[in-house]
Amino acid sequence: MGQRIVIDPVTRIEGHAKITIQLNDDYTVADARFHVTEFRGFERFCEGRPLWEMPGLTARICGICPVSHLIASAKAGDAILSVRIPPAAEKLRRLMNLGQIVQSHALSFFHLSGPDLLLGFDSDPTKRNVFGLAQADRETARHGIRLRQFGQEIIELLGGKKIHPDWCVPGGVRGLLTDSARDHLKHRLPEAFETARYALDLIKRLLDRYPDEVAAFGNFPTLYLGLVAPDGSWEHYDGLLRIMSSEGTILAETPDASGYRDLLSEAVQSDSYLKSPYYRPLGLAEGMYRVGPLARLNLCDRMGSPLADDELIEYRQRGSRIVSSSFWYHYARLVEILACLERIEELIDDPALGSNHLRAQAGVNSQEGIGVSEAPRGTLFHHYTVDENGLIRSVNLIIATGQNNLAMNAAVLQIARHWIKGPQIPEGVLNRLEAGIRAFDPCLSCSTHAIGQMPILVQLIAPDGSVLDEVRRS
Amino acid sequence: MARLRLATVWLGGCSGCHMSFLDMDEYLLELAEIVDVVFSPLVDSKTYPEGVDVVLVEGAICNVEHMEMIHRVRSNSRVLISFGDCAVTGNVSAIRNVLGGALPVLKCSYEERSDPAGMIPSPNDIVPQLLDRVVPVHAVVKVDLFLPGCPPSGPMIRTALEKVLAGETIDLMEHHLSFGGYGRPRNSEGSSTASSSSTAPS
Repeated sequence: MGQRIVIDPVTRIEGHAKITIQLNDDYTVADARFHVTEFRGFERFCEGRPLWEMPGLTARICGICPVSHLIASAKAGDAILSVRIPPAAEKLRRLMNLGQIVQSHALSFFHLSGPDLLLGFDSDPTKRNVFGLAQADRETARHGIRLRQFGQEIIELLGGKKIHPDWCVPGGVRGLLTDSARDHLKHRLPEAFETARYALDLIKRLLDRYPDEVAAFGNFPTLYLGLVAPDGSWEHYDGLLRIMSSEGTILAETPDASGYRDLLSEAVQSDSYLKSPYYRPLGLAEGMYRVGPLARLNLCDRMGSPLADDELIEYRQRGSRIVSSSFWYHYARLVEILACLERIEELIDDPALGSNHLRAQAGVNSQEGIGVSEAPRGTLFHHYTVDENGLIRSVNLIIATGQNNLAMNAAVLQIARHWIKGPQIPEGVLNRLEAGIRAFDPCLSCSTHAIGQMPILVQLIAPDGSVLDEVRRS
Repeated sequence: MARLRLATVWLGGCSGCHMSFLDMDEYLLELAEIVDVVFSPLVDSKTYPEGVDVVLVEGAICNVEHMEMIHRVRSNSRVLISFGDCAVTGNVSAIRNVLGGALPVLKCSYEERSDPAGMIPSPNDIVPQLLDRVVPVHAVVKVDLFLPGCPPSGPMIRTALEKVLAGETIDLMEHHLSFGGYGRPRNSEGSSTASSSSTAPS
């Protein structure tokens, strides 16, 4: 066997990871793998904790999307209390989730991937970061920073702090939107819309600038999984769990998340702390699926708000009804930012938010609960069982990023095969391997959780869907 | 005058402290003018360089790679700041200490919650071995400054950084040294916590 190249650490992603590339003796790529190297063990140390602590505790899984864990955890708690939460509480949870999607997507586009996209994949690595972007294009960096700030402010105005607010609880939320907070957000909204427009114009030009990357950054058919609203429009908090084939056929749709174990299995690799979920009915070889912005835009029939609906039409005209290039995650993220801003604008004027009834009070009425919501990176599951006093007996978490693990591995291999052409591997090529991972915007703080063990399979798939090559790991 | 060399390191934590670092918002643009960020999850250098003036370390020491890294960070940096509660106390990352070390925790995630039963990833040169005892940064190396909080707030980080970069002593204000929200009215009209002062449009 030839040499092994290790990229350690993978930078400008939210997590600890490495990429390994195994070369053959003739310097062709034998294999390329994406490894997650961090593990903290939340599933074990939540055991014995009171149900009421779980939103605040599981938020600490991740500093980028703590609100996703707050919401999924509180929803699992709602199910254990067997309550329907007050309408104002649901709307406020939605508002905070929208704020989080805006800040997280802005971070991905401007702070993390922007340096590649705007300064170039082959640009000086010492400058290829948000600080270098600030020096090269101060206005773009400033727009990005302020858009993320807007999302973070929504979280802070509702929950009292930007990161890890202890605000969502089983049964509802712990605070309302004050008049002064609403006025502040109204004042900030026009600029946020402008920045979203600016970014959308930018990404459309970038798609033309980077045809090779669009073609080879994880461009293959997979299944797609995510929530949609009952009327088929884009959804981020509740609704139907939909699984779609690479051609757009709906394979499964369920209003009740409790059947998720029938739909999903998880494979464990020996060389990564990140597990690999797949669609159980089709098995590991055929069951690779993607979640997150690309998946949500493929799954929904419409965005459900005027500006974003127009953008979705254009997105599908430029791409296709089902978009399979992972590079398009960047574009999908920006369409979602616009959709979130429209929904935020609508929500903050909703008179229902004025209600002081924000929590449903109940004890433990069920000893099992599942909470599902859409994190910025995709569908998040919190599954708890408790004893009669509400102390946690078991926790299973299926994290958004983990569900993209098979696709991220396939993307790394596709990029390696496309760009590595001999013993000399330029820095810009290694950066493209990382940039391919960045397109998925993985959140690895979140994603080291576990079920099951299967041999891993990496396939190289041609654009027409035929399997060109496959590597098995057992 | 040579630009100061700033680094940030992320060990066993959730990245919330790094996100809070980004919550300094437009001060980041000013920072880009006065320092070189020579190592960070936010930039592309792969090895921790020599001659770092100031480093913020997020997270506890949880695995053998963290242990190796923190020694390198200490010997190559002038001012080492323990950044956020996991670095300062072990916090959430250290909850596993009372559960009998790394193995029971790994078993739970990879075997017991498994369908079918799985195996624990095997540590090697790619996947690092977990430590049985998670410890805060100062249990391993000397720490020059502690910034508590889960996470420390953006304004607090900024206050500390401005002072350190200017070579001054740090004297955090009372509202930077108390947090948690107890004893403060929550979100009652007109006194939304801290946010009104820190997020008012400037």
